[in-house]
Amino acid sequence: MTWDAIDIALMVGKILVLFFVILTLAAYLVLAERRILGWMQDRIGPNRVGPMGLLQPLADVIKMLTKEDMIPSAADRLLFSLAPAMAAIPAILTFAIIPVGAPMVLFGREVNLQVTDLDVGVLFFLALSSIAVYGIALGGWASNSKYSLLGSIRGLSQLISYELSMGLSLVPVVMLAKSFRLSDIVNAQAQMPFIVYQPLAFAIFLVSIIAECRRIPFDLPEAEGELVAGFHTEYSGMRFGLFFVGEYINIIALGALASLFFLGGWRGPLLPPILWFFIKVAIFSFLFIWVRGTLPRLRYDQLMHLGWKFLTPLALLNILATGWWLALR
Amino acid sequence: METTLFYILSAVTVFGTLCAITARQAVRAIVYLVTSFFALALIFYILGAPLVAAFEVIIYAGAIMVLFLFVIMMLELGSPEKLPKPRLADWWPAVILFLAVVGSVTVIAASRQPAIAPGFTAISVREFSQALFTRYGIAVEAISMQLLFALVGALYLGRRR
Repeated sequence: MTWDAIDIALMVGKILVLFFVILTLAAYLVLAERRILGWMQDRIGPNRVGPMGLLQPLADVIKMLTKEDMIPSAADRLLFSLAPAMAAIPAILTFAIIPVGAPMVLFGREVNLQVTDLDVGVLFFLALSSIAVYGIALGGWASNSKYSLLGSIRGLSQLISYELSMGLSLVPVVMLAKSFRLSDIVNAQAQMPFIVYQPLAFAIFLVSIIAECRRIPFDLPEAEGELVAGFHTEYSGMRFGLFFVGEYINIIALGALASLFFLGGWRGPLLPPILWFFIKVAIFSFLFIWVRGTLPRLRYDQLMHLGWKFLTPLALLNILATGWWLALR
Repeated sequence: METTLFYILSAVTVFGTLCAITARQAVRAIVYLVTSFFALALIFYILGAPLVAAFEVIIYAGAIMVLFLFVIMMLELGSPEKLPKPRLADWWPAVILFLAVVGSVTVIAASRQPAIAPGFTAISVREFSQALFTRYGIAVEAISMQLLFALVGALYLGRRR
């Protein structure tokens, strides 16, 4: 494939727009979470900066950037400073394979609204989610503090466990779409979204992604009541900010993937595709916040029990059932 | 462009592996090794094997090294002060292995024509899996049985007495 100036400009443009949109969305998701949680807990939430508190993310960013950047004297300096980036980068990279809308015609050529349509898209996502573990593990280890280390070990074992059920719950989707390519998966849902055929896989995937995001009820790596703040206890300023923003970028990415795999991605009647995709992602983000406002934290043995003895066998059975169904149909 | 990228990635792979061997701290060694796996995965990708690239990251960087890291963190093996310096006698196996690798590479390079086609094609997932489960089906089954034996053995050794 040869690239001319317009191709390169389009690619750079896509990447820049995507970056801007993701970071803005993540910043506003933080605000949305604080407002919605406030509303659920019968209090007001941040409403001072700008109209209805809409400039709060800006104020937060300025605060984080101007804060003192502390590195504990006993920390492993190299890994301590690398870890936040290791946590945020996989979440951002996931967006490279997400198609946000139907292909469009721009400058006289067809443009996919997707940075790259990899042949191994689903595997690319699984690879990134398995790499995301390192940020948490190394952040806590390099801090050289016992709360951080405990948080890291919890985070490691939790992510390994739920990655398995997450990956297995995607196998039926790949079986139905007959492709790892995300655009093929969306196109295979032109008639009917996969949630209709695979409600069980959807449920397993949803629980697993909440665990992958380390959100309540699975937030044991950063359980405030027992571990101060878990793996990021020793972090301050923008390094903490990267962990924090990385978590919200991850929520958006996983919400987007859930809607791609099970709800037909950008497909929908009447409204333009990008708007449909945004609505679906927003629904998932709201669900994450809603769950956080509703459920208590699991105990550690319950967490492991749920992952290994319930979700993983269920996902395996689901694969078997899907195989039979496809063979006998 | 691909050739330049290949040399950059190869340099990263070799450098990462060297650092992993020489690092005094086990956790840092893991980070270096993961870096080299990453670069290796990208090399596989530009050589037209996207599936191998993905599995390199998922299995080696994302599963095996994470388990290593988990064990090191659990047992707190990360303190390098306690480790003794490697003695001269410890170097012999490494030297012998190194000579064996250099020897075999030289033999292969000398005996073979440069058969690498300039225009290689990327293999799609479909072709790859068809070859894997038909042509190499027996090998795949044998390996999976072997893994199952290892699993059962580990369960037996780790059972509660």
